Amino acid sequence: MPDISRPFLSVENLTVNFPTPDGIVHATESLSYTLERGKTLGIVGESGSGKSVSSSAILGLHRYSNAIVSGQIWLDGTDLLQISDNDMRLKRGKEVAMIFQDPLSALHPYYRVGDQIAEAYRAHNTVTKKAARARTIEMLARVGIPQPDRRVDDYPHQFSGGMRQRVMIAMALINDPTLLIADEPTTALDVTVQAQILDLLQDLQREFNTALIMITHDLGVIAEVADDVLVMYAGRAVEYGSARALLTKPSMPYTWGLIQSVPDVTGPVDRPLRPIPGSPPSLVQPPAGCAFFGRCAFSSLVPGDRCAHELPELLPIEAGHLKRCHLEDVSVMYAESVEADRVDTATVEAGAH
Amino acid sequence: MIAFAIRRILVGIVMLLAMVLVVFILFFAAGNPARDVCGKFCTPEKLKQVTQVYGYDQPISEQFGLFMKGLVVGRDYPVDDKYREALAKSNPDLVIHCPAPCLGYSQHDALTVNQDIVKYAPVTLSLSIYSFVLWIFFGVLIGVLAAVFKGRALDRITVGITLVVYALPTFFIGTFLLQFVAIKWRLVPYPSYVSIADGGVIGWFSSLFLPALTLALFYMAAYVRITRAFVLESLTEDYIRTARAKGLRTRVVLFKHGLRAALTPLLSMAGLDFAALLAGAVITESVFNYQGLGLLAVTANKNSDLPVLIGLVIVAGAAVILANIIVDILYAYVDPRVRLR
Ligand SMILES: Nc1ncnc2c1ncn2[C@@H]1O[C@H](COP(=O)(O)OP(=O)(O)OP(=O)(O)O)[C@@H](O)[C@H]1O
Ligand SMILES: [Mg+2]
Repeated sequence: MPDISRPFLSVENLTVNFPTPDGIVHATESLSYTLERGKTLGIVGESGSGKSVSSSAILGLHRYSNAIVSGQIWLDGTDLLQISDNDMRLKRGKEVAMIFQDPLSALHPYYRVGDQIAEAYRAHNTVTKKAARARTIEMLARVGIPQPDRRVDDYPHQFSGGMRQRVMIAMALINDPTLLIADEPTTALDVTVQAQILDLLQDLQREFNTALIMITHDLGVIAEVADDVLVMYAGRAVEYGSARALLTKPSMPYTWGLIQSVPDVTGPVDRPLRPIPGSPPSLVQPPAGCAFFGRCAFSSLVPGDRCAHELPELLPIEAGHLKRCHLEDVSVMYAESVEADRVDTATVEAGAH
Repeated sequence: MIAFAIRRILVGIVMLLAMVLVVFILFFAAGNPARDVCGKFCTPEKLKQVTQVYGYDQPISEQFGLFMKGLVVGRDYPVDDKYREALAKSNPDLVIHCPAPCLGYSQHDALTVNQDIVKYAPVTLSLSIYSFVLWIFFGVLIGVLAAVFKGRALDRITVGITLVVYALPTFFIGTFLLQFVAIKWRLVPYPSYVSIADGGVIGWFSSLFLPALTLALFYMAAYVRITRAFVLESLTEDYIRTARAKGLRTRVVLFKHGLRAALTPLLSMAGLDFAALLAGAVITESVFNYQGLGLLAVTANKNSDLPVLIGLVIVAGAAVILANIIVDILYAYVDPRVRLR
């Protein structure tokens, strides 16, 4: 019996550790989020923040030999971390599918793309080769590959980056999955192609009422597609809420920093970007306090060194909007930035004279 | 694809010609081969006569030309035209025709080099192919298993054994197998070569088991390790994760997707090792006293039978070049990225 009270996807306290010779890599620490069918969750964060690792766990892609996965992943009333390997295999590619980062290396160089896609179909459907091929061609046409009946016999290296990504999408969607994870599906593509791919994903999502997890570095993508947003930093959720709330009223400095580091095409052209200084901490020996401490411009405003020594909890600031930060009054954050903008503009103008 | 194959074959032919030239010069620089033919009780007059009859008095460029002509259209022995024509009238049996591709004539064996090689080749070929199959099949299979069970007992034991086998010289393995498995424990009959014509496939198969195993073990050990490394490497590739994400069975992920990528580099190594194996069967043949090309080479060397040595070196070289060509063409066939170039 599916548990009706639970959301379609509910990730609860997901933790993924990799024991390595250098120590345990805490790639994901007690991560929780939910997602309903037809909705899109955007996961953002810098490189290495655990976006791919946490999402791969939903497909059960981590190996026992090098990863320790704990927590619960409820999909349609079943805890995916409790079922047998074979049951998980039967769900992979059928109920849950994933579009991987970097489609060139994600496709097997020695097999024709058509065979690779058909393989995904035949793994879950007892059909003839011919039927699988027909379905593959139909799928290729659906994702907008011209001359699908000919391209089906080509090898991955014969496709352009954008076309390869479409191939990956066709492969992921061939079994009409109910949950689709797209791991940076548009990174490394030019803007036009990027827009086409996003449109395609949204169309297909609407058509099949798919729950979509969109992993990205790009807040522009988030603004366009996401209903909810999860901001990850050093393996943890640091802010989680509706896309609208999070993008317009970010409640902690890291999210704020991400937004500030995006080029603003509508603002003054000369406004310099403000990338977040420094780099994320080690995942092997995480700092005792807030992981963002040291890069955070506002930690001095928090009384009594709490940022350095005490890990903030993920707490609600309003209904459905959580943050992991000691800073109570975020208005200083916005004020600071207005001030910086003024200085920047002044500098640019001074330089112009 | 066909253009690629043709180009590759042409390059192979040029390489072969260059090799023949080098071999020819090297061997003939070593001294007058007539001295060995002439024998122990050689008088200066007899030496002069032999030198002339076999054409060793002519300049090396001339001799090379004759040799190449023999390779392409065949030739007759003895070399000296006048002498041969006279001989043809007086004693026609002593005139030998050596059809193309003629590799020379061995006075010592009173056979053309081709006849010599054809006589000894079946044992070596059988042995090589047999051990090739043994080593590839078991080497790759065990290598894949070791990779799959990486770090567990099976893997550790396998890797340990391969290390030991790898370090043992072939003659030691051969002698051990012969002394213990065949003679002392009598697990198999004492090995002696039986051709398919004489003993049928089964007779041939069992007669070759021990020597083929001896020859295969060293390579098998190497291939277990190589396969293990290649498979382990390919299992970390992104497309393996994709294959798993599709919900394929572990077996399919492993053998269809993982091994496929590992096979490509294995293939090119195997082709070259096979060619080397043809040449390297010498030790095994002498341990088991099998009448193969290795034995022919050893005997020819002992008798300073230069034509046979030259012929063998050329055949071995041709085998290596041929293996190279086959590997290149196969490689282009298995790797679509190469094929299109
Ligand atoms: N098998 C593994 N063993 C050890 N560490 C790992 C392993 N897989 C991932 N990691 C580490 O986990 C961390 C999170 O990796 P992950 O791939 O999830 O980052 P990401 O947020 O997807 O980054 P990107 O935006 O670059 O894709 C990284 O520091 C990475 O080095
Ligand atoms: Mg990633």
